[in-house]
Amino acid sequence: MSVLARSRSAATALLPFALVLVVGVLLLISVSAPPLEVFRLIFQGALGSQAGLSTTLMVWVPLVLAAAGLVVTFTAGLWNIGIEGQIIVGAVAGALVARTVIGPPLLVIPLLILAGAVGGMLWGLLVGVLRVYGRVNEIFGGLGLFFVATGLVVYLVIGPWQRAGSASTSGTDLFRREAWLPRAGGWRFSWVALGLAVALVVGVYLLMRGTRFGLRLRAVGRNGRSAFLMGITTNRHLLAAFALCGALGGLGGALHAAGFHHKLVPAVSGGYGFLGILVVLLAGFRAVWIAPIAFFFAVISVGSTQLQLRLQLHSSLAGVLQGVLVLCALLVGGWQLRRAHLSRRRAEEGG
Amino acid sequence: MHQETLDFVVATLASIVAAASPLVYAVVGETITEKAGVINLSLDGSIMLSAMAGFATAFMTGSVLLGFVVAALVSMAMALVIAFSSIELRLNQIAIGFVLTLLGANLASFLGRSYVGVRAAGVPHLGIPWLEDLSLRIPKVGSFRFGAIFFDHNLSVYGSFLAILLGYWFVFRTRRGLELQGVGERPEAAHARGLAVNRLRYFYTVLGGALVGLAGAAFSLDVRFGWREGLTTNYGWIALAIVIFGGWHPVRAAAGAYLFGALSVLALKLQPQLPDLSQILPITPFALMIFALLLVSQDWSRRLADRYSRWRRLLSGDPPSAIGTAFWRD
Repeated sequence: MSVLARSRSAATALLPFALVLVVGVLLLISVSAPPLEVFRLIFQGALGSQAGLSTTLMVWVPLVLAAAGLVVTFTAGLWNIGIEGQIIVGAVAGALVARTVIGPPLLVIPLLILAGAVGGMLWGLLVGVLRVYGRVNEIFGGLGLFFVATGLVVYLVIGPWQRAGSASTSGTDLFRREAWLPRAGGWRFSWVALGLAVALVVGVYLLMRGTRFGLRLRAVGRNGRSAFLMGITTNRHLLAAFALCGALGGLGGALHAAGFHHKLVPAVSGGYGFLGILVVLLAGFRAVWIAPIAFFFAVISVGSTQLQLRLQLHSSLAGVLQGVLVLCALLVGGWQLRRAHLSRRRAEEGG
Repeated sequence: MHQETLDFVVATLASIVAAASPLVYAVVGETITEKAGVINLSLDGSIMLSAMAGFATAFMTGSVLLGFVVAALVSMAMALVIAFSSIELRLNQIAIGFVLTLLGANLASFLGRSYVGVRAAGVPHLGIPWLEDLSLRIPKVGSFRFGAIFFDHNLSVYGSFLAILLGYWFVFRTRRGLELQGVGERPEAAHARGLAVNRLRYFYTVLGGALVGLAGAAFSLDVRFGWREGLTTNYGWIALAIVIFGGWHPVRAAAGAYLFGALSVLALKLQPQLPDLSQILPITPFALMIFALLLVSQDWSRRLADRYSRWRRLLSGDPPSAIGTAFWRD
C-alpha cells in the first residue's frame, strides 16, 4: 500500500469519530448543554479517579467477554442477540454457588466462575437447539430465552432469594465475603476478572485465527450448505459456536455479579450483551479490535452516569453516542466499498 | 350465565382489541416491508422514538393528530436509513436495523426526559352510533352486546382495523400488491417485467415505517397515555416475531397481535390471583409469543397448507424468497 493510500484509509477510519463528534455536539446544543463540559465529564468520570477507573474496568470485563463470544457466533454467520439472556443465566448460576457452597475462597470462586460459564453455555446451546432442530431463527429464539431469563432473575430476587427483611428489586443480600472476587489493594476492581477476560480474549483470537475449528466455522458462516457438502458437520459447528458464546457471556455475568455488585441484581446483564454486538460490528467482526473498542465503550457508558448528577442529562447519551458511532462506521464503510466497486467497473469498461 | 358475565366477556374482548391496536399497526407495516424483501429490524427503537416524538408533539402543540403525523415521519426517516443503506450501500439489513434499534431507544430516553410525567390530550373516545349497540339476544341469559367489542373505541383503534383490511386488500387483491409480492419473491423476474425493483423497495420500506410510527403514537397517545422511559420496550421485537407467526399475511399477523393482546390482558388479570408471580407475569406473554413461533415453524403447518390449498396463503408460513437480500443489476 502506498503512503498516500494508507493515510487516506486512516482518514476514513477516523471519519466516523469525526461524524459522531459533530452529531454529539449538535445534539447537546439542541438540549442546551455545554458540549465540551459534557465530553470532559465523561472522560473524567470514567478515567479520572481510582473509583471511576475501577468501575470502567469492571464494566469492560462482561462487555469484552460478550464481544469475544459474539465474534465466534458471527463467524459462524449467527446473530446471537440472546447473549443478554446468557449473561443473566451465568450470573444466576454464579449466585447459586455463592449462596450454597460454603468453604474457603479458593474453592468457592473457581466453582462460581465455572458455574457461570456452564449456565451461560446451556442457555446458549438452547438457542442453538431451537435454531437447528426447531427451525426458530436464532434472533427470536435468543430473545425468547432472554425474556425467560429476565423473568427468572426477577422471580429469584423478589421470591426465594429475597433480601432478609424485605423483598425488593434492588437485589439479593450481599454474597458471603468468600464469594467476592479478590481486589487489588486500594483499587475496587478484581485482578481475577481482568486476567481471565484478557486471557479469554487472546484465546478467542487464537482460536479464530490459527485452528482448524476456526477455519471450519468460517466456512460454515460463509456458506453452510457447501461447507456441509465438503464434509463439515454444520449443525455441530453451529451448536459449538452457541455453546462457546454462551459460556463466555455467562462467565462475564458471574464475574460481574461476584466482582462488582457482590449480589444478584435484576439488571445484572446491564445491556452489555446488546452493546457487545455494537462492539463487534464496529470491530468489523475481528477479534483484535474488540478489546480497545470495548474499553472505549465502557468509558462512555461509565462516564455518562456522571452526567445525570452534574448536568441533569440522561445517561442514555452514552447509548446515543455509541449507536451513532457504529451507524456512521457502517455507512462510511459501505460507501467506500461501493465507490471502490464502481471505480473498478468503470476501469474494466474503459479498458 | 348472567347478563353480568356476558358484559364481562364483552368488556374483556373490547380491552384486548384496544390493547392490541398499536401492535396491529406495527405488524401490518412490517409485513408490507418484508413482502417487498426488506427487513426493518429497527422496530423496537422506531416504535420507542416515534412514541416519544408523537407525545412530545401533542404536548407542545395540543394537537393529537399532529402527534400521529410526527410519529409517522420519525419512523419513516428510520426506515429510509434502512432502505438507503441496504439498496445503495448493500449493507447488511440486520446489522443496520439492530444499530437503529439501540439508537432509537436511547435517543428516546435522552430527548424525552422532560416529557416524563406530564400530561397531554389523548385520542378522544368516539363510539360509532348504531354499530356500537349491535347485540345478540340470548334466550334466558341476556343480550350479548358484541358491537361494543369493535365499535366503542376511538379513531386510533378504528384505524388499526382499517390497516388490516387495506393491507390485505392491497397485497392480495390489487395489481400493485401483486407487483409488491413479485419484488420480494423474485426480484430478477420483476425487473425483467419492467418493474423498478429498488424504487418499489424504497417506497414500501418507508410506507411500512409510517405504520410502525403510528404504532408508537398509538402507544403514547392512546393505550399507554403518556411517556416514560422504556414505555414500549420489547414491543417492537414482539411485532417482528408476530410477522413471522403471521406467515407474512396481514390478517394472520393481526390475529397474532390479538393473541398477544389476549395473553397480556390475561396476565394482567391473573396478577391479583398469583401474588408470588405478579412481578414476572407481565413478561410471560413475550416469552410465550416467541415460543409460538416454534409451533408454526414445523413441517405440519406446511402440510396443512398443502391439504387445504384454498387457504394456502393463510396457512403456509413461508417468508418472501428474496427477503433480506440486495438486488442489483450491474
